[in-house]
Amino acid sequence: MLDALRNARAAAALIVIAAIALAFVPLFSSGYVMSVFILLFANVALATAWSFFSGATRYISLATAAFFGIGIYVLAIAHVYVPVPVALIAAAIIGFLVALVVGLSTLRLRGVYFVVFTFGLTELIHQVLNWWEVKINHTVSRFIFTDVSNIAIYETLLVAALITIVGSWYVNQIRLGYALRAIGEDETVARHAGINTTRVKVVCFALSASVMAFVGAVLALRYPYVDASIAFNSTWSFQVLIAALLGGGGRAWGPAIGAIPLVLLSEYLAGTFPHHFSIALGLCFVVIVYFLPGGLTRLVLRLYHSWLVPQLKKAEVL
Amino acid sequence: MQAGNGTILSIRDLRKAFGGLVAVRDISFDIPEGRIFGLIGPNGSGKTTVLNLITAELSADSGSILFEGREMVGRQSFEVCRARIARTFQLVRVLPYMTTRENVMLGRMFGSAPTSPAQAAQDADALLERVGMAGRADLVASQLTYIDQKRIELARALATHPKLLLLDEWLAGLNPSELRIGIDLIRQICQDGVTIVMIEHVMEAIRALCDRVAVMNAGDKIAEGTPASVLSDPEVMHAYLGADDAAA
Ligand SMILES: Nc1ncnc2c1ncn2[C@@H]1O[C@H](COP(=O)(O)OP(=O)(O)O)[C@@H](O)[C@H]1O
Ligand SMILES: [Mg+2]
Repeated sequence: MLDALRNARAAAALIVIAAIALAFVPLFSSGYVMSVFILLFANVALATAWSFFSGATRYISLATAAFFGIGIYVLAIAHVYVPVPVALIAAAIIGFLVALVVGLSTLRLRGVYFVVFTFGLTELIHQVLNWWEVKINHTVSRFIFTDVSNIAIYETLLVAALITIVGSWYVNQIRLGYALRAIGEDETVARHAGINTTRVKVVCFALSASVMAFVGAVLALRYPYVDASIAFNSTWSFQVLIAALLGGGGRAWGPAIGAIPLVLLSEYLAGTFPHHFSIALGLCFVVIVYFLPGGLTRLVLRLYHSWLVPQLKKAEVL
Repeated sequence: MQAGNGTILSIRDLRKAFGGLVAVRDISFDIPEGRIFGLIGPNGSGKTTVLNLITAELSADSGSILFEGREMVGRQSFEVCRARIARTFQLVRVLPYMTTRENVMLGRMFGSAPTSPAQAAQDADALLERVGMAGRADLVASQLTYIDQKRIELARALATHPKLLLLDEWLAGLNPSELRIGIDLIRQICQDGVTIVMIEHVMEAIRALCDRVAVMNAGDKIAEGTPASVLSDPEVMHAYLGADDAAA
């Protein structure tokens, strides 16, 4: 118990220090470094949000790109009429509401049916939107005119990533977190233990989707224009899934430490071998499944307990 | 609140078919409050299905299930649990990656008297002690023996704070000394005010514990009464042993 408390304090201190340090990065860095960080924060927030629902309940969703794309489109449409912050919040709310409807109608599907459905959902929204734009609005793309600085985007996504991690950690501690994990382990037992599983699933799916839509909307501020294929690109869904798996479950910071190497690797690969990016993504997947069944989380925890703790004890820090 | 000898659960004309197979055919019975009621019958006779209907794991085709006068048909499982009906499963079900304590906490946090995780952890430890699992609270459930997993299930069911506890072959697979402990435990739970319905094949336990027994065969209720009278009924012998043995 005392150990857990000390660990929680250490983690909190680490997060606060890292957050303050990261908040000042824009003062010292080039545009390129900033854009890598922006991508990083976006992926950390997405992977954490994904894991919050899918990691805990094991309802594996490939709808990340759907909600992310909804966020992009809400911003693209709304920024013309309302201030950018309002458009961002609208994106989060609409992502939440769409997920509520989708969740109510589909969360009774289990296993591979749910996976396929969420994948199909992305494609469905993509095609419907495309049709609507062409037939009704007589356009294929929308321009985004804003004067939002890179620094503002950077800081917004940093805060979004932090809130997602801390929020996810917090939910793990309360009854809702237990309910989510119980659903993941045996939904029948969860129901018979008094958990309103439908409500828990739908609300958490929607919360996770609202983060995805928000992140999409913020990233859209960097695009000169968007079309349906840019917004609803399933690569996002797979990349987020791989980041979360690479990170491993059970800890709120797990998906974050999976997203970091994946984003850096994909940045490097996209620069050096632009055409081999998906091969690398596939390789990552294979490596995780075969060599890191518990993800990086388990590796980090093992290193922490078997190496760092003895070192610190030797140095009389602990 | 009803008197000690009232009816806590009243089942009327309950029916459930799976395709052409009628698993439960229009059966009726009353469960007296504060007692232990036995539900016996050969494999496949529909006993588990009755439990699944009471706890809304399955939805009834027709009929009525009144618990303390309130209709349970049409409710969801979590509502039945919160109405204070708890159960265990014939094929033991624990949350495999959670610890023993967390398994039991779940019932405490979401049952009919929900508490905070901290309070639930305390209560869970007390319940684990009661079912003979003291000192194993921090073990991961999947690493435990079958018998210990059954104990977890019982503690989790009790944690929801039930008035009616449904046990589906909870004593199956216990060795003679464990059986004696199990029988005492069930009796103790009943003495603490919980009405129990137990599906059981262990006749020794039925004789030792039950005031009343209903016998099912191929979806029908074929007999009901005290264990002694029911177990000497020729139709019951026939159902259990088959025609030739009963005639012999
Ligand atoms: N979910 C189900 N779907 C189809 N058939 C079922 C289902 N559950 C039970 N049955 C069938 O109903 C009959 C009664 O089963 P059950 O209630 O489990 O019997 P018991 O518990 O008395 O052994 C059996 O023939 C069984 O195969
Ligand atoms: Mg059965």
